[in-house]
Amino acid sequence: MTPIRFAPGVRLHHDRARDRWVVMAPERMFVPDDTALEVLRLVDGARDEAAIVEALAARFDAPRAVIAADVGAMLADLAEKGVFA
Amino acid sequence: MDAPLALLAELTHRCPLRCPYCSNPVELTRAAQELTTGEWARVFDEAAALGCLQVHLSGGEPLARRDIAEIIAAARAAGLYTNLITAGVTLDAAKLAELQAAGLDHVQLSVQDAGAAGAERIGGLPGAHARKRDAARAVTGAGLPLTINAVVHRQNLHNLPALIDLALDWGARRLEVAHVQYYGWALANRAALLPPRDMLDAATRVVEEARLRLKGRLVIDYVVPDYHAVRPKACMGGWGRRFLAVSPAGRILPCHAAETIPGIVFPSVRETSLRDAWEGSDAFNRFRGTAWMPAPCRGCEHAERDWGGCRCQAAALTGHAAATDPACALSPDHHLLGAALAEAGAPDFTYRQFG
Repeated sequence: MTPIRFAPGVRLHHDRARDRWVVMAPERMFVPDDTALEVLRLVDGARDEAAIVEALAARFDAPRAVIAADVGAMLADLAEKGVFA
Repeated sequence: MDAPLALLAELTHRCPLRCPYCSNPVELTRAAQELTTGEWARVFDEAAALGCLQVHLSGGEPLARRDIAEIIAAARAAGLYTNLITAGVTLDAAKLAELQAAGLDHVQLSVQDAGAAGAERIGGLPGAHARKRDAARAVTGAGLPLTINAVVHRQNLHNLPALIDLALDWGARRLEVAHVQYYGWALANRAALLPPRDMLDAATRVVEEARLRLKGRLVIDYVVPDYHAVRPKACMGGWGRRFLAVSPAGRILPCHAAETIPGIVFPSVRETSLRDAWEGSDAFNRFRGTAWMPAPCRGCEHAERDWGGCRCQAAALTGHAAATDPACALSPDHHLLGAALAEAGAPDFTYRQFG
């Protein structure tokens, strides 16, 4: 599988003043929801989709198939927004 | 009161180009009055503490500052996303490597027209267009994201399809098609720059078609001119709501053109913190919210959508900064825009210059 990387100029940033995480990108920013944030925090340029599912399955008490489906949908949504290279 | 999201840092008014629609004030600031590297570093720390997430490093030409890499490093150290807004004529691979090492996140490169002859007539600098193309290659070659900013008006709008091709050819993932906004230099050159309605409509169709055709390859932002509008633009998302600017000499402004409004004293970073200016200054509170609004804005259903439009445009066209923006069809001064459109079509413009 291909490692998932942020597109050039895209990064996850802690917004201290508002105590939230934001995705910063060229000329735009958006606030990910809690589920998207859990996924984005695992994007390190090394993990692929399966590894992200693995990391989340180790932390959350939910069936792996449910987590895998959620992660797949979330990655597709973020890719559509141009977040990944 | 909300905290600002972005800071426009106008590092200098110096620029090798002489575009007749420059958004700098007609009274340009000279190098000796510019803030120092250390002063900018303090401004970035204050902006981040206040809530800014992003800094637009602009000018003039920000690369005219010899300390531009230190300035970028200071902005990144403060935790800001750094966007360099440049004409690119002095941006080579070596310079770019230095800026990238300092933490530069994104480059926005201006072009004046699709071809060299037209672009260099508008920008007033021979040889500029090829140097911009080389700058674009350096940016994409370094793996940095590139936005092309094409300022459009009566004298180049017919080349919009070619400008879109240029953005693709130069490797941009974003294109900003920005119609000239008429303040300062652009207002002085309005008769040469303002496009007629049919030209604007044709351009809008070109953008709509290209957005569909290039989905996934190129994002196109489109800033329309308000002279053909019925409702005014929500200028800066409202005065003192989301955005602040600092001028080369350190004035803290609700928008980069705010100093064109007579009778307002803007605080300086040399005397006031950004927080005190944002929260407590008369300059920022004067047109904040809706309480200051006269009729027809007062009580209007659009008041919290467009915030009365643009204060600078109201001041420039009606002489009253608190008047409803004449771009609004409900403004008693709306006819002023029609009169300007009727007068447009002059062939020649005056280049920007230090007075």
